Amino acid sequence: MIASLFFADLGIKLALAGIVFFGVLNLAGLHTWVERKQSAIMQDRIGANRASIFGIKLFGLFHPLADALKMFFKEDFIPANGDRLLHTLAPFLSVFFALVAFAGIPFGDQLRVGGRVINLQVAGIDIGILYIFAMLSLGVYGVILAGFSSRNNYALLGSLRASAQMISYEIALGVSIIGLVLIFGTMDLQQMVRAQGAYWFGWIPRWGIFLQPVAFFVFLTAALAETKRVPFDLPEGESEIIGYFVEYSGMKFGLFFMTDFIETVLVACLATTLFFGGWQVPYLHPEGFLFPWGAAVPVGQLVYVGLGIASFSLKVLAFCWLFMAIRWTLPRFRYDQLMRLGWQYLFPIALANVLVTAGILAFFGGKG
Amino acid sequence: MQRKRELTFLENLYVPEILRGLVLTSRHFFGNLFLHTAHLFGLLKNRSAAVTFQYPEQKRPLAPRLRTRHRLTVRDEGTPRCVGCMLCETVCPAKCITIVAGEHPDPNVEKYPVRFDIDLGVCVYCGYCVEVCPEDAIRMDTEILDIAAYSRQAMKLDIHELMNPKLRKPVVECTLKFPHQCRVHSPVLPEPPQQRAELPAVVSRNEPPGPMVGSWEAVYGKKPDSHPA
Repeated sequence: MIASLFFADLGIKLALAGIVFFGVLNLAGLHTWVERKQSAIMQDRIGANRASIFGIKLFGLFHPLADALKMFFKEDFIPANGDRLLHTLAPFLSVFFALVAFAGIPFGDQLRVGGRVINLQVAGIDIGILYIFAMLSLGVYGVILAGFSSRNNYALLGSLRASAQMISYEIALGVSIIGLVLIFGTMDLQQMVRAQGAYWFGWIPRWGIFLQPVAFFVFLTAALAETKRVPFDLPEGESEIIGYFVEYSGMKFGLFFMTDFIETVLVACLATTLFFGGWQVPYLHPEGFLFPWGAAVPVGQLVYVGLGIASFSLKVLAFCWLFMAIRWTLPRFRYDQLMRLGWQYLFPIALANVLVTAGILAFFGGKG
Repeated sequence: MQRKRELTFLENLYVPEILRGLVLTSRHFFGNLFLHTAHLFGLLKNRSAAVTFQYPEQKRPLAPRLRTRHRLTVRDEGTPRCVGCMLCETVCPAKCITIVAGEHPDPNVEKYPVRFDIDLGVCVYCGYCVEVCPEDAIRMDTEILDIAAYSRQAMKLDIHELMNPKLRKPVVECTLKFPHQCRVHSPVLPEPPQQRAELPAVVSRNEPPGPMVGSWEAVYGKKPDSHPA
């Protein structure tokens, strides 16, 4: 009996992990397509549209497949003086920590099936935020190892640039969400999302962005820097300065590229969860829609959960779009500008935000 | 002159300027996305969603004065208008034109080219040959731009390709009836070897011409009366 319960629980957890991995990896893979197409449409171009299978082009959607094939069949090069083990390990570490962080993201409310309550979250960790940030920080190891094991000065310099940047912005990132932790009084992401289901005056949803608008901007900027993409792409500088993966080729290089996209998705998920109500749909309660003007539309339990997942996915996609738009709008920072922005602007602003939030909470008391 | 303007306070805040940039790119994005979507449903086809010309399928509109691949204009009976006066060969600054003149049966025409070669690998597309021609016999209005080839040999046009711009190398069938030096009927010259060292420093323009092929009877049906027998 106990064994069967154990296996049922294990199966559910594996299924949840499978769903999250499937979604995240596909979204990250599609980012290569979105990157090409969105930049093209923004710049009045057409974008990659030539890959076809039996003459079906499908808006160039086969290009990610072609890319992956190309990556797998390219030579896997390890420098003669490089450390074979670490050189191989680095890209896997990078991608591993980025993927594992998704375990803490709640993507839906509780699903009740056959007397069983399933939390739509791979791992219901009480300190979910800390866990995710820890995994994000561990991602630096992949970067440092890549530069170090290549035995190439340019790669090493690139990895140092990258780790300096990531550590600098992690501080601003971490401090920026302390305000939210103070307000919600929890580090459990699922509870944070649930707390964002309340309303001011009965009609303004109490989402994180309305509670902490300054923190949102700091968080967004620092999180973009964490993903190491333009305008914060000094560690990589694909086109000219060349970063820590200069000695990588084939799918290992592809993994580093993939990591960027996975981190973009992760940051989009985090921003959604912390600041945009996660899976909350405005005015949707477990019983159904209760509009502020009094109308009520009852919905079933499955529909409620489904709408929640759809809402979460939609918000994540919107953030992915926004990040892509930023990536193709802004030019790259100079390194001193990057450091000044991180230490002299974002960090103090985040600190001040924490102070003001704490002060308001202390004066007016309670969670509010 | 002030080379670097001081940024105003709002500009120094980054955020408004970043938003301005995002608004600009997003306007392009959504405008073009709307047009792309409309095109899918066959609407608003007259408004383009991108500046791209999808080249092999979709050609750019060319200016009427653009100088493209040469052609020899043709008389009604299928002979070249060229009278073999050599003006174009003389004026050509690249010396890429080779003409061998022959006697034309019509005394009003006097001469015509039995051979007319242009080496496009040497041509500078100056258009002097067109300017100088008194007979409007050579023009550069074919709008053919894809003249690149894999060998120097294939860059050389002879009278077949010049009189019929649709023909591309290798020409396999000779449709010209008047007497001309025809390389199509001669055994095809072997391609020069690919090794660079074996290529001659100056590619000779005096290649062996083909044998004389064709007759005026084939053009006019019978010997013209005016022909001095």
